[in-house]
Formats: sequence, C-alpha cells, structure tokens
Amino acid sequence: MLRVEAATRLGAFTLDVALEVPAGACLALAGPSGAGKTSVLRVVAGLVRPERGRVACGEEVWLDTERRIDVAPERRRCGYVFQEYALFAHLRAWQNVAYPLRGMDRAERRRRAHELLERFGVAHLADARPRTLSGGERQRVAVARALARRPAALLLDEPLSALDTRSRAAGGRALSAVLAEAGVPTLLVTHDFTEAALLGDRVGVIDGGRVIQQGTAAELAASPASAFVADFTGAVVLTGTARPGDDGLTVVALDGGGTVLSTEPGEGRVAVSVYPWEIALAPAGTARSGSAQNHLAVQVVSVTAVGNRVRAGLAAPQPLTAELSDASSHELDLTPGAPVVATWKAAATRLLRL
Amino acid sequence: MTVSRPGWFGVLLVAALTVALLFLTLPIVAIFVDTGPLDLVASLGEEGALEALRLSLLCSAAALAVIVLVGTPAAYLLATRRFHGRAAIVTLVELPLVLPPAVAGIGLLAALGPNGVLGGLIEDAGIQLVLTTAGVILALTFVAAPFYLRQAQAGFEAVETTWLDASRTLGAGEARTFLRVAIPAAGPGLIAGFALAWGRALGEFGATLMFAGSFRGITQTVPLAIYERFSTDFTGALALSAVLVAISGALLLSVKLLSGSAWLGGAAR
Repeated sequence: MLRVEAATRLGAFTLDVALEVPAGACLALAGPSGAGKTSVLRVVAGLVRPERGRVACGEEVWLDTERRIDVAPERRRCGYVFQEYALFAHLRAWQNVAYPLRGMDRAERRRRAHELLERFGVAHLADARPRTLSGGERQRVAVARALARRPAALLLDEPLSALDTRSRAAGGRALSAVLAEAGVPTLLVTHDFTEAALLGDRVGVIDGGRVIQQGTAAELAASPASAFVADFTGAVVLTGTARPGDDGLTVVALDGGGTVLSTEPGEGRVAVSVYPWEIALAPAGTARSGSAQNHLAVQVVSVTAVGNRVRAGLAAPQPLTAELSDASSHELDLTPGAPVVATWKAAATRLLRL
Repeated sequence: MTVSRPGWFGVLLVAALTVALLFLTLPIVAIFVDTGPLDLVASLGEEGALEALRLSLLCSAAALAVIVLVGTPAAYLLATRRFHGRAAIVTLVELPLVLPPAVAGIGLLAALGPNGVLGGLIEDAGIQLVLTTAGVILALTFVAAPFYLRQAQAGFEAVETTWLDASRTLGAGEARTFLRVAIPAAGPGLIAGFALAWGRALGEFGATLMFAGSFRGITQTVPLAIYERFSTDFTGALALSAVLVAISGALLLSVKLLSGSAWLGGAAR
C-alpha cells in the first residue's frame, strides 16, 4: 500500500492531495497539463519536498514533514518512468538497465540487464544507443530500467504519450501486463482519460492541484462529480472483437454481449470509444428508427445531474454512459434498474486497435 | 533545374570570410614559411629551448589538473543550483577573462607577493611562489580557469535535468549522479573548455612574466623564451613559435576529433 498526503504551494496554485494505492493496483491520475500531476510523482519519489506531507510505502515511511523524515530519492525504492523516458544517451540500452544494479561484477550486471530486456522483448537492442531507438523501444527499455531495482512502488509519467498512435495501443497493452506482474502499487499520471481508463484500476481526476473525484473509469464517466469531470472523462471505452461487416462497416462483438457497428476499419481486439453526448436513449422495446445504426439493450445503473445535463450510467453489460438534457431524462423517467435502448451512429463510433 | 545566382549579399559574406581567413592565417603561415625544417630542429637543440618546452608542458598540465579538479564541481554547482547571488558569482568568476594579463600579474603580486595581502601567511607556511615554478603554475591557473569554468557551466546546463532526477530514483546518490551521468553527458562542453583553457595556459605571457619572472629552467616558458630571443635571435624565436603553433594546433584538432567521436557526440544533443 502506498499512502501519499501532500500540501504545498506550487507557483500559482496549491497542491493538496491525499491518495492511497493498494499493492498490485494502479491508480491513474488524469488531468489537464499544469494540474499538478507530475508534482505528485515528484513528491513520492523525493525529488521535491512539499511544505506539509507524508509518504509511506508499506512499512517504510519515506516522508513525514511533522517528524522531519525525508528519505533521499536514491533510498526510496521508487521505479520512476519519466515522460520522454529520460534514458541516458551516453549509455547503451543494456547499460541503462544495468545502471541501478550495484554490488555485482560487470558480467553479472550485463546478464541481469539482458534478462530484463528479454522480458520486454527488446534483448536484440541491448547494444543500441537510446537515440537510435523508436518511441516504443525506448518505453520498454525505460520500464525495464525502472524495474531493475525491484522497486516498492512504480511511478509512471505519461508512459504512452511519447509513442505514435500506431504503437500506443500495443505499448498500453504491454504496460498493463507489466503492471499486473509487478505486484506493487503503481501511480500513473496522464492527460488522456482514455489512457487512464485503459491502464488504471481506478482513476483520479486532478485539476488545480486537487483530486476532484476518484473511482473506476466507468463510475467517473457515469456519475461525474462536477462539470469538469464530465467534460474531461469524455469518451466511454468498451472492449470487443472486430471483423469487417457488410457495407464497409466494421462489426464489433462486445465482451460480455452486444454488437456495435463502426465506420472505422478494424479487425481483432479493439477498444470502442464513443462520447456520452452521442448516445441517445429510448424506452425499451422502441422500434428502430432514424439514422442510428447502433441499438443496444441496456440497463440504467445511475443517474447524475451535471449542470443542466444528466449523465446516465448504463450496463451494456459493459459500463456505458449517455448524456442527455434534463427534460428528456424526465420524459424517459430514468431510474436505476430501468431497461432502455441506447442508440448512436456508426460514424460516432471510434475504434482503437488493442 | 535552375541554379540560383549568388546575390550581392552572398558575395559580401564570402568576401568578409576570405578577408578574415587571410588575416588570421597569414601570420601563422608566415612563421612556417620563414622557418625551414632544419632551422626548426636546430633551434630545438639550442640551450634553453627544450627546457622552455618542458616547462611549458609541465606547468600548463599542472595548472589544468588544478582547474579541472576544482572547476568541474564548482561549475556543476553554478549550473544546477539556484541561489541568491549566483549571477554575481558567475560574473566574478568570469572577470579574469577580460582582465589584461599585466593587471592579472600585478593583482597576483598584490595578493600573494611578499608584501601582498596573503603574503605573510604564505611565507609562514614556508611556500615560495614569486619567481618560482609554482608561481608559473599559479599564474597559468588564474588566467586559464575562467575559460574552463564558463564552458563547463554551459555544458552542465545543457544536461537534461530529468537525467539527474532519473539517476537519483535509480539508486545513485548525488556524487554518483555527478560522476556517472552529469560528467559524461556534459562531456563535449568539458572537453571544449579544457582545450580553450589549455591553449590559453600554453600562450600565457604577461601574468607569468610579472609574477614569476623569466628564468631559464625555472620560470621561462615557451612564450617567455620566444620574447627573450626575439631581440637577439629572430630565427630561433621563429622556430620556437612554430613549435608552439604546432602543439596548439594539434591540441585543437584532437579536441575536435574527440568531441566529434561517437561515444560523446550525442550525449547532450
């Protein structure tokens, strides 16, 4: 368990957060740039000392401003994957991974580094210089390096943002597997809610130095605590298997049941994303009408007012979120447990290959 | 395919470079043209020439050793920490750059000479600086250090701060981070500073003459030996000059090759 409490002035705003991440779980902090995301990681790693705060990982106390405890970064056992990865350009890939390995001879360090690179499928790049590597390769080397010291906690700063869109999904999938295997508390920050939803077991939305809301991605999307969270959570993400269908459309069989159509090409495992405001709701049993190609029988799970709008959390059975006006919500008489039909256009359905 | 004709401005640029190049290389070329290879070898055999050369290399190497040992951590501090009075310190450190060598010599005498500010202290410690080889090393260090400090500071400032942070989170303390990440990453800047400082030390004349004097075998470095011969033996002075040009040129070239090589080339870029 990683526990973080920190309060400190940071330029124009105040950082004030309290977080808990159980072992083996990943908390993804998502927020716009300048929200204080990276500062949270730097506090945990010991690279910045907050005015008031406490950081504890398991039994170890790394920071306690009241008790004047401030363990140096090199003794905190944090695996930190920096934005842009911060690989040392003057060292080869294996030397980067071997950098944290101490108290053993060169041959042993080299062997251990190779093992780690092997685990991430980049052993063949052991002798390469970082600047000759692609974004995805750098990410793997950086994660291997961060894990080399068997860290007690993992900190990831925008781990996928340096990847191009094509390798992002693969990078995300590989990273999920690593996080599951590492079995340590992981704190991840990203400006992209979709990324947070894919990688985090729980998501915290952070803005202006404060965590506004925490929960699973589906909970946040379904019942946002504020208009900011509602806007920020943006697209809903469903997973499924795609195959080419008729009329040039792609058919996606959703995990857990249901089928949706998309105008975007795709095959194999995909993430389907759709914005809550693209989804219309109709009473159960309504005949198909209009131009919408997607009709899913769903159940209302929650109803949350956000300003003059209403967010409806739905079970499809995967969590799905629709946003509608106050008036139409009343008209439909949305209450938890009620069956409704969610409809949206195939053109509003985006596919991301997994 | 069209070939763009050079405009008048392009011609002007080329002309300016040509003039600069001719002006800067002519004296150097003249030294070699005036000195036959035989003269060169013969003059080196002369009394004092080899001694001056030995002294120049020894003193400049000693000065550079001091400069690198003290200057590297000092430059790292200036580059990586922000504190009150930092700008003032940077300016003070760079001041000797613009100091006329004669002023540097007077200043050293006023500070460390027998009647200087710290003169008594040094005498009590039993150290002789004025008119000794140690004095030469001191003068060279004073004059050359700012060249190294400036370049080294710029070199460290160019190192990505996240590399230093990454090193810390990977279990390396501040000292290890400095040795294993900052120095290799700032390598090209450090080497450039080293070359500039060494070049300056090899050519030092004024401060050495005023502080250490010009005694054969003790304080007479190559520039001082050249000056001494200049009035009596122009050919000999020319030959020694040629040797100094060759050494300085080789120094510059080897630095260019070293910092351009693969193991350092991409470090900070």
